[in-house]
Amino acid sequence: MVEPPIIEVRDLTISYDGQPALRDIALDIHRHEIFGIIGPANSGKTSFLRALNRMDGFNPGMEVRGSIRLNGKDINDWRNVYALRSRIGVVLPLPVGLPMTVYDNVAFSPRLRGIRKRAELDEVVERCLTRAALWDEVKDRLDSLGSLLSGGQQQRLTIARALSQEPELLLLDEFSIAVDPVTTMRIEDVLRELRSELTIVLVTNLVQQARRLADRTAFFLMGEMVDIGITEDLFEGKVRDERTTGYIEGRFG
Amino acid sequence: MDRRDLAWYVDRVAQALVFVGGISAIIFILGIFVFVTKEGLDFVLGALDPGEFFTSIAWRPTSNNPTYGALALMVGTASVTGFAMLFSVPLSLGAALYIGEFATGKTREALKILVEMLAAIPSVVWGFVGMSIMNPLIIETFDVPVGLGVLNAGLILGLMAAPIMTTIAEDALKAVPDTYREAAEALGATRWEVIRRVVIPASKNGLLAAVLLGVGRGFGETMAVLMASGHAINLPTSPFDSVRALTATIAAELGDTVYGSNHYGALFTLGIFLFLVTFIINLTADVVVRGIRKK
Amino acid sequence: MFTATTLNRRSQRAQGVARAVFFLMTVTLVIPVLIIAGTLVVKGGPAISWEFLFSAPRDGMTAGGIFPALVGTVWLVAVALLASVPVGVAAALYLSEYAPDNLLTRTINLAIINLAGVPSIVHALFGVGAFVLFFNIGASILAASLTLAVMTLPVVIVATRESLQAVPQAFREACWNMGATRWQTIRKVVLPNSISGILTGVILEVSRTAGETAPIMFTGAAAFVAFLPNSVLDQTMAMSYHLYYIATQQTGVPEEIPFGVALVLISIVLLMNAISIGFRVYLRGLKKW
Repeated sequence: MVEPPIIEVRDLTISYDGQPALRDIALDIHRHEIFGIIGPANSGKTSFLRALNRMDGFNPGMEVRGSIRLNGKDINDWRNVYALRSRIGVVLPLPVGLPMTVYDNVAFSPRLRGIRKRAELDEVVERCLTRAALWDEVKDRLDSLGSLLSGGQQQRLTIARALSQEPELLLLDEFSIAVDPVTTMRIEDVLRELRSELTIVLVTNLVQQARRLADRTAFFLMGEMVDIGITEDLFEGKVRDERTTGYIEGRFG
Repeated sequence: MDRRDLAWYVDRVAQALVFVGGISAIIFILGIFVFVTKEGLDFVLGALDPGEFFTSIAWRPTSNNPTYGALALMVGTASVTGFAMLFSVPLSLGAALYIGEFATGKTREALKILVEMLAAIPSVVWGFVGMSIMNPLIIETFDVPVGLGVLNAGLILGLMAAPIMTTIAEDALKAVPDTYREAAEALGATRWEVIRRVVIPASKNGLLAAVLLGVGRGFGETMAVLMASGHAINLPTSPFDSVRALTATIAAELGDTVYGSNHYGALFTLGIFLFLVTFIINLTADVVVRGIRKK
Repeated sequence: MFTATTLNRRSQRAQGVARAVFFLMTVTLVIPVLIIAGTLVVKGGPAISWEFLFSAPRDGMTAGGIFPALVGTVWLVAVALLASVPVGVAAALYLSEYAPDNLLTRTINLAIINLAGVPSIVHALFGVGAFVLFFNIGASILAASLTLAVMTLPVVIVATRESLQAVPQAFREACWNMGATRWQTIRKVVLPNSISGILTGVILEVSRTAGETAPIMFTGAAAFVAFLPNSVLDQTMAMSYHLYYIATQQTGVPEEIPFGVALVLISIVLLMNAISIGFRVYLRGLKKW
């Protein structure tokens, strides 16, 4: 029996102050896959992630229509939207270490969930930092400010924080923009390992990154989903739309 | 998994409380209008003769045949505020230009702090300075019998209103994007030419708002004017004449009135008048400032 | 290469003149602060002693000290802060963290500007009409402090809003993304990182409140009270009103006494301001992100 998709999107249209940013999207995201979204700037990739997390409530002017189902339940039917967001981890393009200690950064979400015991928090902090490939670098200075780490470290801290939510869905938005190549490679390794436990949506402007990581990939262009399919198929030219090949081969972007 | 937990409810309650705090300013400003009007209303609807109020200089609330002409008080306030603005507006705008456009580093910081200190001096201390330092100084310098009057109160008031004008004017200058300055300087203009031809025209609405707020400040000042103006009902003909201001009249007389009497109501009526005028001044300043944002 | 043309030299000279003129204008404004402070120190300094600070006025206020007025000012300021800080911080939180850009928000901002612009004597009339009479508190510390609280509310709101807005939006987004509520975000990230800025505003408010005279004249300040206040329903002496009273209403007061009172008052106010400024400079040097 095929498992039902974790995310089902139908007729999704997003607009800002009446200006559409994304039109008529329909797609499924399967459990335990890395789903890549590629496309040039302003093609609606980030808006899509925001809608999944119901961040429209925090963005005046942003309007979301259509339906998004998480585990078969429409995300607008959640009575406690904060509980919904806590199921979804988010990593944004620019790393954000919160202005508190490294330890408190990672313990933030567990504490929100009511975990108070020091031993339990210690365990979560070490596990998440280790999985985000940051533990070895910060284990001796867990008391220093998270916001003063280097850019690459802050991005891994952000990932550790997202993991501390124990999410079923992890959304990454161009995570490698502010990170050096070595760190990018390390984070990519981390993501491959995580695939066994959760579902990852990876928005990237690096076509090769999608090829390295994603099982399936969608191509967004100017607010429309031009193509979707198995990543290797797209890269081998099995496309619905010629523009996809054009973008992948770097002819525009 | 999806249930409204304690945090959800706490968030809702916090939002409601914070909202109440948010609208408190509106409640208070309405409250001020309502309560001041409430105490003055009987007088306004009863004994007040609007013609007398605005055209007579006879403010004789305690005589057997009381009259409530507030013209001299209005002229008093206007003359002191006007005199203050006469020297304070240019000085404040000049100071804003110097601090905002010429001064750098430590000098700039020091001058800003001194302007802040100027703003911090309480009005009763200013009044005391007017009485005990300026008064003898004016008598000696100009060889006049009394040093409490338009000149004294005007100088004090000008210094009091200067910080707010300087600060707001400097903000207005700061709001002009640096790219304007750089573009003009790249064409070979000196700093001063840039200021004169680019910065000042671009910020003139903000500068106007600064002046308006300074006028509002001077108009509403109470203790300093009460103590330094001589507090005599008089249409001034020279800067050395004593005058009496609207604000000062309330401060000096309210303590001696009987609750609910015509005199009491008349003082609250002056309050309504003051409230409305400052409200209009502030509203105008706000509209003027909003004008720049739109551009 | 560019050469210095006559035109060029003339505009250089105009620049120099403008700069000098504006500098003189600035100096003209700030010199009086120094003169006033100097005169108060010279003339009021001799009056200051432990006895002056810690004893009550005697002989119809022509001798003795200012202790009851000092204590009264502390009461007035403390009660005013208790009332205005929670309301002001809430208002700033609403404006910075919740308020959408709509008519209500613009009205609130306009109300704040007006609250700061209404003459202090009108605040006094409001205090009489609302607190003393309508809510029937009577002329008392409570009524005077509430009047002061309403009057200085904009100081807290503006300072708090500024320091809340200095916290980068990215921190809030990061918290919201983790499922934190708005309030959890405020309490755990926004407030801890703006509390020092709020404190700076509160100190500034102390300075403003301590110096105000008109709002307390008819709402709770008294020329002479033989005892120290026991509760917020007592009337009290206050530094600012005391200075007004002995400078204008009382005859036969030796000159150094009002100068001494003015010196103490201005010292309190400027000290608070200096603390607030110093705190601000210190915070600017403190890098947390």
